[in-house]
Amino acid sequence: MSDEYVFQVRFHGRGGQGVVTSAELLSVAAFLDGREAQAFPSFGSERMGAPVMAFCRIADVPIRVREPVTQPDAVVVADATLLHHVQLFAGLGLEGYALINSARSWDELGLAEMARRHYLERLATIPATDIARRHTGRPLPNACLLGALAGLTHVVSIDALERAVRERFTGAVADGNVAAARAAYDYLGSAAHA
Amino acid sequence: MAVQSVKFYQVGSRAVGNRLLEEALRTEQASPARRNALNSGHRACQGCGEALGARYVLDAAVRATGGKLLAVNATGCLEVFSTPYPESSWQLPWLHSLFANAPSVASGVAAALKAQGRDDVRVLAQGGDGGTVDIGLACLSGMFERNDDVLYVCYDNEAYMNTGVQRSGSTPPFARTATTEATGPEPGAPIGQGKDLPRIALAHEIPYVATATVAELHDLEAKVERAMTMRGARYLHVLVPCPLGWGSAPADTVRLARLAQRSGLFPVFEASHGEITAVLPIRSRVPVAEYLRPQRRYAHLFAEPPRIDLLERIQAIADRNIGRYGLQEA
Amino acid sequence: MRRQLEGSRAIAEAVARCRPQVVPAYPITPQTHIVEAIGAMVRNGSLAGCEFLTVESEFAAMSAAIGASAAGARAYTATASQGLLYMAEALFNASGLGLPIVLTVANRAVGAPINIWNDQSDSMSQRDCGWVQLYAADNQAAVDLHVVAFALAEELSVPVMVCVDGFVLTHAFEPLEVPEQDAVDAFLPPYAPRQVLDVDDPVAIGAMVGPEAFTEVRYLSHYQLSQALTAYPQLCDGWQRPLSMVDAYRVDGADTVVVTLGSVSGTVKEVADEFGNVGVVTLTMFRPFPYAEVRKALGAAKRVIVLERALAPGAGGIVSADVRAALSGTLAEVSTVVAGLGGRAVTRAALRRLVADAMSGWLGERLVFLDLRDDLVEQQIDRMRQRRASGPHALGLLRDAGIPGSRIG
Repeated sequence: MSDEYVFQVRFHGRGGQGVVTSAELLSVAAFLDGREAQAFPSFGSERMGAPVMAFCRIADVPIRVREPVTQPDAVVVADATLLHHVQLFAGLGLEGYALINSARSWDELGLAEMARRHYLERLATIPATDIARRHTGRPLPNACLLGALAGLTHVVSIDALERAVRERFTGAVADGNVAAARAAYDYLGSAAHA
Repeated sequence: MAVQSVKFYQVGSRAVGNRLLEEALRTEQASPARRNALNSGHRACQGCGEALGARYVLDAAVRATGGKLLAVNATGCLEVFSTPYPESSWQLPWLHSLFANAPSVASGVAAALKAQGRDDVRVLAQGGDGGTVDIGLACLSGMFERNDDVLYVCYDNEAYMNTGVQRSGSTPPFARTATTEATGPEPGAPIGQGKDLPRIALAHEIPYVATATVAELHDLEAKVERAMTMRGARYLHVLVPCPLGWGSAPADTVRLARLAQRSGLFPVFEASHGEITAVLPIRSRVPVAEYLRPQRRYAHLFAEPPRIDLLERIQAIADRNIGRYGLQEA
Repeated sequence: MRRQLEGSRAIAEAVARCRPQVVPAYPITPQTHIVEAIGAMVRNGSLAGCEFLTVESEFAAMSAAIGASAAGARAYTATASQGLLYMAEALFNASGLGLPIVLTVANRAVGAPINIWNDQSDSMSQRDCGWVQLYAADNQAAVDLHVVAFALAEELSVPVMVCVDGFVLTHAFEPLEVPEQDAVDAFLPPYAPRQVLDVDDPVAIGAMVGPEAFTEVRYLSHYQLSQALTAYPQLCDGWQRPLSMVDAYRVDGADTVVVTLGSVSGTVKEVADEFGNVGVVTLTMFRPFPYAEVRKALGAAKRVIVLERALAPGAGGIVSADVRAALSGTLAEVSTVVAGLGGRAVTRAALRRLVADAMSGWLGERLVFLDLRDDLVEQQIDRMRQRRASGPHALGLLRDAGIPGSRIG
């Protein structure tokens, strides 16, 4: 299976921000949509605050490859403080998607140069931590970012994403996460956002 | 001829003869019906304190459990001399795994019995001082802190005997071993080293900790029996003289065990959840020299000139024990 | 029912369906999710009749498993890397005593230097401990192999270790089926040991054996372990999904064949598909070594590339030695390629270059380290030549590699 048949997502963040969970939930959502999916982390010992990566591949045929995602179709950045420290967008093609958890715009983040080379409508920032805090009371941006990713790329349906979130979380936490995801999905599905 | 019944008043270990007592007061060893869990034919040295201790302990444990007892044995003298392939001296279900893991293996056996709903079957683990105090300590501590339902018995002859008498964490100060030779300004094992396993067991606050020797059979059997009335982690530390390693006469084994207790060097007590509940009082105390002199591992203390200074330091340990445990009746 | 879940979770569920009665557990990355999941199942009652022991070391874990198994209970535990080595003595003890314990090894590198990532050094280092060794190529296989492992172990009275690449499989989410309880019950009968600690029928287990009988006892261990070569396929025949001992992919007509074990197999198959004339042989069983099956699978290959996930320092390849023995008498050229040590990714790009090198005849029968940073090692070797010093190579390398970890201040 060559890379054109698989959609590859790379998540960046810091330990404790739910980056690994994000990749897993995305893979579950894809599965619930009836597709093949694979998710796995690249990280070390349990440690809050250290840079963490996680990967997710989505396809319609069984996925056999297991190397890290070096040519992502989408990059999701859960922590903007990683910008300019880590090569977050390495391997991202010019038609690729990029989503950053931030209230600032792409230009304000010092990424105008990159924006010029890519498709503007495929780049987005979203204040996921704030939205998450409003809906769940906790500053964990992962469900919100996944909703945003779904809105941006439509690689998974928002309904499947909701089911995936509800499989992992229960009660008020699940409700809050679903609300945050849907809010982000709707926001990204509408106007321009870079 | 008229039959006259005679009542004997001294019924302890110095009684006129176990079989002359009323049945209820006799030890299990006096009974022809005893299991004889460690049968004769094993390859132990003449006068081996461990062979004696193991038979005493296991027969008492088998009786206390109605015959429903499994034994787990660490590597060491006891395991080696009792199972020379293809023979075995054991007359109960017996498992030997490794040197360091008897407590863990026993924990596993106890867990299996629990999982199978066989609560009536009990587990006894046993090993020498090397396997218990040194290499097995981590496993023992784990068994203690989980309060696994195992009675662990340590037969302490104060060195690694099966491998040629090397120093263990139980070797007492100034004792000669192959790795603590009686040479130099402080001959024998260094003072200030070593572990007091009974006190380590106390610190774990397990349901039952006791020490005993092969000199006091009634006392030893009673402790095994008491231990078997309880569930959870229990520990019994038995002093077992080793004629080979101690350089003593085979016939002196029981006598030396008694002297160890009477000198104060081996306190005999019982404890429950970390608190001492009873001690075996010293009826007639002996100076440590009387206990040490018959053992060639201490010969250097009695050579010309005698090491009075070292004997005094050993005496100080005995004095401390007597005070600490309240071993002398007021 | 097909589900998307984490490898560790799936393994835990599969093991639980095998109705283990005693599970001693000691944590080590990357196996923790497995024992945590089993512990949770015992605690919430979904795994009944099982005693879960939190032991104080891996040595204690295997020791408790030994006691439990000897007392007639189905015993299971999991470990990795340093933990496997810490229980090494007990591994030999378990196989010598003929106890059908099942162990998951979440394959991880062995230190020093300490490394928590995936390679197969741990299980490979214990290839002679007398256990059956099975390697899972993906998480579905990992699940199925655990069920088969219990059946195989109890059939032969030989312990079985199921090796699952740490992080790469244990922490990966992928679609799979965990077999239902009734399917497992139908396949795996209750444990009925040959010899057990029983108060009504006492036996002494663990006697010393001297020169007069030791050779025979060891011969019988070798014989019994080798029975897995027939017992395993027979058991797999009765399982709901196909399981191979040696999987041969695209070998027909392939001059070049890559041999490997574990999860890297998937990536290798992707590259093989690109070339079109390259085969891939994936071993599931490594001990006993399936010589006949390997020889058959590699049949007509001219060039065999053994892709190793471990290293025998001072000697070279581990798997390749057995593969060479399997191919003795044939004209195949066997290269040893050590790849992915300590979690370094085995990439399609590197594999493409490797296969191309092999096909161009450049590889030969050499020992190659895939993706080796020649510049780093040459600098270090240079340094070693100039100065006589002791200590770990890691310090010198870290300086050159530009990672600040080795410097203070």
